[in-house]
Amino acid sequence: MAMAADDIATMIRAALPDAEVTITDLAGDGDHYAAHVVSAAFQGMSRVAQHKAVYAALGGRMGGALHALQLTTAVPISGV
Amino acid sequence: MSQTASTAERLTEIVQGNDVVLFMKGTPLFPQCGFSSRAVAILERLGVEYATVDVLQDMEIRQAIKAFSDWPTIPQLYVKGEFVGGSDIMMEMFEAGELEQLVTEAGVARA
Repeated sequence: MAMAADDIATMIRAALPDAEVTITDLAGDGDHYAAHVVSAAFQGMSRVAQHKAVYAALGGRMGGALHALQLTTAVPISGV
Repeated sequence: MSQTASTAERLTEIVQGNDVVLFMKGTPLFPQCGFSSRAVAILERLGVEYATVDVLQDMEIRQAIKAFSDWPTIPQLYVKGEFVGGSDIMMEMFEAGELEQLVTEAGVARA
């Protein structure tokens, strides 16, 4: 049921092409990840909307195949 | 289908009827998931009165809550009927002082 870190990053980048995605395997078990996603697309979006955009990129796997994904989002510091 | 509708009504009643309510796995004393545990810890640090709903005790709510705010995971925090976010957003907001600001502006009772 677990997903590889690369697959997670690839799916996020497919939906948010400019995104800088950093995936950390928290437990070393391929099942508990932290993802930090930085994208200019988040500009002007609420935190909830930013997270929903990432969840949408993962196509319904969140809460299913991906149980434990700690997520943080941000816009690039330099702006757009 | 009427079952689903009534569950949504129950959810509306719960989030309208409690200033701060956390849908979680387990209870504050015995959280059944690390994310729920973290959400409870944040609310404790914040020092607000809050209600919790253990979704593991109610399969209808466990399913319906995901559609309710179009949010795929649990825990979920609601303040004054508004969806705030899951544990990651709670942590980000807590660290930024935004959660404190939110409950202050909402006039939530302190524990």
